[in-house]
Amino acid sequence: MNMTELFKDQFAQLQAEDKDSKLSAVREQAFSAFNEFGIPTVRHEEWKYTRIGTLFAKDYKSQVSGQPNFSAKDVDAYRLPGHKEANELVFVNGQFADKLSTIRSKDLTVLHLAEAAKNEYSEIVSKHFGHSSDYLKDGINALNTAFVKDGIFIHVKRSKIIEEPVYIYNITDAAAENILAQPRSLIYLSENAQLQIIETFATRGTEDSFTNQIMEVIVEKDARFEYCKIQNDSANASQVSTTHIRQTGTSYVNAIIVSLNGEIVRNNTNVVMEAPHCEAHLYGLYFQKGNSHIDNHTIVDNVMPHCFSNELYKGMMDENSTGVFNGKIFVRQPAQKTNAFQSNKNILLSNNASVNTKPQLEIFADDVKCSHGCTIGQLDEEGLFYLQSRGIPEKIAKSMLLVGFASDILDKINLPHIRTYVDHLVAERLGN
Amino acid sequence: MLTISNLHAGIEDKKILKGLNLEIKAGEVHAIMGPNGAGKSTLASVLAGRQDYEVTEGSVEFLGKELLDLAPEERAGEGLFLGFQYPVEIPGLSTTNFIKTAVNEIRKYRGQDTLDAVAFLKLMKEKMALMNIDQTLLSRSLNEGFSGGEKKRNEIFQMAMIDPKLAILDETDSGLDIDAIRIVSNGVNKLRSKDNAVLLITHYQRLLDYIVPDFVHVLYNGRIVKSGTKELALELEEKGYDFIKNEINEDEEVSIAEKH
Ligand SMILES: Nc1ncnc2c1ncn2[C@@H]1O[C@H](COP(=O)(O)OP(=O)(O)OP(=O)(O)O)[C@@H](O)[C@H]1O
Ligand SMILES: [Mg+2]
Repeated sequence: MNMTELFKDQFAQLQAEDKDSKLSAVREQAFSAFNEFGIPTVRHEEWKYTRIGTLFAKDYKSQVSGQPNFSAKDVDAYRLPGHKEANELVFVNGQFADKLSTIRSKDLTVLHLAEAAKNEYSEIVSKHFGHSSDYLKDGINALNTAFVKDGIFIHVKRSKIIEEPVYIYNITDAAAENILAQPRSLIYLSENAQLQIIETFATRGTEDSFTNQIMEVIVEKDARFEYCKIQNDSANASQVSTTHIRQTGTSYVNAIIVSLNGEIVRNNTNVVMEAPHCEAHLYGLYFQKGNSHIDNHTIVDNVMPHCFSNELYKGMMDENSTGVFNGKIFVRQPAQKTNAFQSNKNILLSNNASVNTKPQLEIFADDVKCSHGCTIGQLDEEGLFYLQSRGIPEKIAKSMLLVGFASDILDKINLPHIRTYVDHLVAERLGN
Repeated sequence: MLTISNLHAGIEDKKILKGLNLEIKAGEVHAIMGPNGAGKSTLASVLAGRQDYEVTEGSVEFLGKELLDLAPEERAGEGLFLGFQYPVEIPGLSTTNFIKTAVNEIRKYRGQDTLDAVAFLKLMKEKMALMNIDQTLLSRSLNEGFSGGEKKRNEIFQMAMIDPKLAILDETDSGLDIDAIRIVSNGVNKLRSKDNAVLLITHYQRLLDYIVPDFVHVLYNGRIVKSGTKELALELEEKGYDFIKNEINEDEEVSIAEKH
């Protein structure tokens, strides 16, 4: 059976099983969107350099419900440093595994999304759930929503600061078969609230995994949302990972993505600035080797005036790896006095590595400051000679230059545990 | 210590060094002067092992080893130091971290124990005082946004930390104010000993008031065309390079005449 037919069957089954769900109507809509859009090919403007279709040529088992066979002990292999003081949320094969999750902060509300959709939070859910589909018009986004049965809903009340970070582990168990996992989350920061999320992805076993994830975040007035995503999954793991952030009030957002491994990794990172004086920082560091493909698509949508955004993405591409950076900035007509900066810098470490980088500015206001720039170059030979001439062997000198190149992104990781962890991963990648 | 014999080097098709000879013994200070484009920095780069330059002929012996067979880092390990005319800016690499790695890699090369944090800090404090360099500069990214003078002082500071056998200083004095020249000269003079040697590349006699050379050479068109003592530097300062050029032309006329 091909994937399309399989999806059709599974969808019918899901709708029959779960017909009373509040999410049922949204799914219905999404599934027809999926059928309309189809799996994006390279003819789709936003998928020109990323052949996602190849992933759908494989057979996947997609687990729509039920708790997978995974124990807390199994999770241990994937825990991040500092986890004893953190909130830990575990997804296994795309399903939120509440039994494996631990909430430590008393002001942190974590619910099953399906539950939130029918209780006091139902208004938030119906207002914000699926907002990313206004920006991502493709079958991949629709596919996640079409199969959403559950997921997580995180809520932080007014003026509450969640001191302990939230660690989210997306684990895929591909020990026995190929797995399609579709985690989903909706996160709401009320006025003046603060939350920090660190997210990782891991695949167990040697079969292929494909994670199609959507996280939607609402940041209210004076709230502060900090996000760090670490992608160091195995070479048989692919993902499309969407982080869609709405700044509904004047607020602060900081998002860092570190991508070190994976077969095909596509990130959609969107920030919609719906209030004046919003501030957003988007950082990305990708360091790829082998045949990995990394694609970062960003959208910064300035809807209201006086917003500030800064995007800095840096890449180091080794061996046969390929990269894409596509940064879209919209400045709507009312968004006067927008300050939007974007920069993408790449170092190619091998003749077979390549990067396609493209800034896209659509500006409808006249009093704005926008800048963008991209570079693709080799390792600085003069710098290398300078270090070597001081007695530093070539291999170490190269590492030092690359770490130096990456450092302004790494420096943005605030949590010391996570910074040390990422430094360690980068050093490992450099072969030190 | 260093014997350069008939050195020919160039880049792509351009011949820059055309049969250069020079001998430097331990304990000596040599100065090389010469007009722009003569090949002074090329000589320094070739000695330090820069790959871009191709050596087509000749040899360089350094402390009993064929220098040209060694990688740049091995040359540093053997005791060669090059103070760059244009020190390179390296974003994201702290100056302290860089110097610590350099010092310890050289120690490893020599089979010595690496310095721990305490020992390194002690050494650094001592040399910082000598070079009048402060901590904030060293905690910044290597040379990034440093003023010209700060870059040059940082080069000499590195030299003091590494304590090389032979220091080649390429226009370390250019662009320095007189106080900085004193500080830099003081640093170089502290290095001077009967076991060490210094090769100064400069355009200005002024530096040689502070670091008094044993020999002065004129590099012109890829060769050492004249050697003398510090008085030669004074003469060059006064007359410029034209008198050398004239002398060379006369020599060439003579040699052409002799052939006939
Ligand atoms: N990387 C290079 N590519 C091409 N030509 C070069 C390169 N490096 C040096 N040259 C040329 O070689 C010649 C010698 O240059 P070099 O830098 O050695 O001169 P110099 O004596 O140090 O001059 P200055 O006093 O201006 O520093 C010059 O004509 C220069 O243009
Ligand atoms: Mg020069």
